[in-house]
Amino acid sequence: MITAASVLAAEENNPLIPHTYELVIGIFSFLVVVIVVGKILTPRIQKTLEERTEAIEGGLKRAEEVQEQARQTLEQYKAREKDAALEASNLRKKAEEQGAQIIAEAREQAQAEANRIVEAAKAQIEAERQQALQSLRAEIGAMSVELAGRVVGESLEDSARQSRVVDRFLEELEERARTQEQITS
Amino acid sequence: MNAQSVLATGGEEFKAPGPELFDFPPLFEGAPTWLTKPTVFAVFGALVVCAVFWSAFGNPKLVPRGMQNIGEMGYIFVRDQIGRPFLGKNTEQWMPVLMSLFFLIWMWNIFAVIPVIQFPIASHIAFPAVLAIAVYFIKVYLGIKNQGPVKYFTNLIPAGLPKPIYVLLVPIEYLSTFILAPFTHAVRLFANMFAGHMILAFFSLVGFWFIFEKPTALGFGVGIIGVIMTCLMTAFEMFIQFLQAFLFTMLAAMYIQSGLEAEH
Repeated sequence: MITAASVLAAEENNPLIPHTYELVIGIFSFLVVVIVVGKILTPRIQKTLEERTEAIEGGLKRAEEVQEQARQTLEQYKAREKDAALEASNLRKKAEEQGAQIIAEAREQAQAEANRIVEAAKAQIEAERQQALQSLRAEIGAMSVELAGRVVGESLEDSARQSRVVDRFLEELEERARTQEQITS
Repeated sequence: MNAQSVLATGGEEFKAPGPELFDFPPLFEGAPTWLTKPTVFAVFGALVVCAVFWSAFGNPKLVPRGMQNIGEMGYIFVRDQIGRPFLGKNTEQWMPVLMSLFFLIWMWNIFAVIPVIQFPIASHIAFPAVLAIAVYFIKVYLGIKNQGPVKYFTNLIPAGLPKPIYVLLVPIEYLSTFILAPFTHAVRLFANMFAGHMILAFFSLVGFWFIFEKPTALGFGVGIIGVIMTCLMTAFEMFIQFLQAFLFTMLAAMYIQSGLEAEH
């Protein structure tokens, strides 16, 4: 009896035959989901995903631009640095040249000055020597005559004879001095 | 619940559950006939899907947080795994339909393993049928609109074959495209859910019967096997639920594309 009832029930409710009210409820449920999830929410997330893609792509593009800018700036700096180094080396070379020139000039001037001083000193010494020689000649003359007079014990009034004797004596002296100079030089 | 109603018949013998598992009376005495458990949960499932996606995409942010991440995972899965392989550049335009189909079916299927509900809505043929018919109408409408009222029907038949072949090919092609395709589309989902529910009911009844109802030394082992099988089959069912939702939506995408552009 139970089996008969269940067979009857199974026949009444063939699982492949839809209930009409379930079709209606199914359409209603699907429509609700299509309207809320499909029509309202899906476009929202599509828009957001699109915006996100744009934001990321925009960000990447901006980053690229900034990088390019940085690269250009770096290149500019490098070029400028190179120029500066070149300029500095040029300046240094110029300065070295100028310095060398100044030193050479100064040396030349100093040399000339030194020469001049030496010349002047030599001239003065020569003059003083001449002066000394002359005064010595006179003094030594008188002194040696007096000395000779005293040694010889004769009066030498005759001036002519006197001067002849002195001159001869002096010449001898000079002769002696010259030979001495020759030896020393 | 159904197990108990079977047991309540007072039989001494174990009796496997049958198609009566799928018969539901009105919810309470005096309620209209249409107010049954399947219809209530069909609408409930639709509302849950709407609520979940409202919480995810109601106010979408450029930088996703919480539910939006989960919703986006779902959207991207449907778009990349179902939409794009079949619809290509038309995917975005048809995403609303694909999203609705996939998540409504999946939710309806998941109800099979949710305690208290424990009923796959799609195991009542009316629900898959409604969805398959909707896809069918979209397919034919798009075909006539995009390919022309005559061209759409001639495009289905490949040209350049020997004449006698057409005698066979033309009826088969039209039969498969316009009658069998929507029918199998609906029945595939229905049958999977129907069978899955039967299997789960059977194993859980085996466990319940041999452990609690009529415990015997010999039957106890059988009961244990029933419980273990129920657990395993529940896991397997969860996979099938997802797979069937995926397949149904994938076929929908394929049919929509066949309407948008001629295949041959």
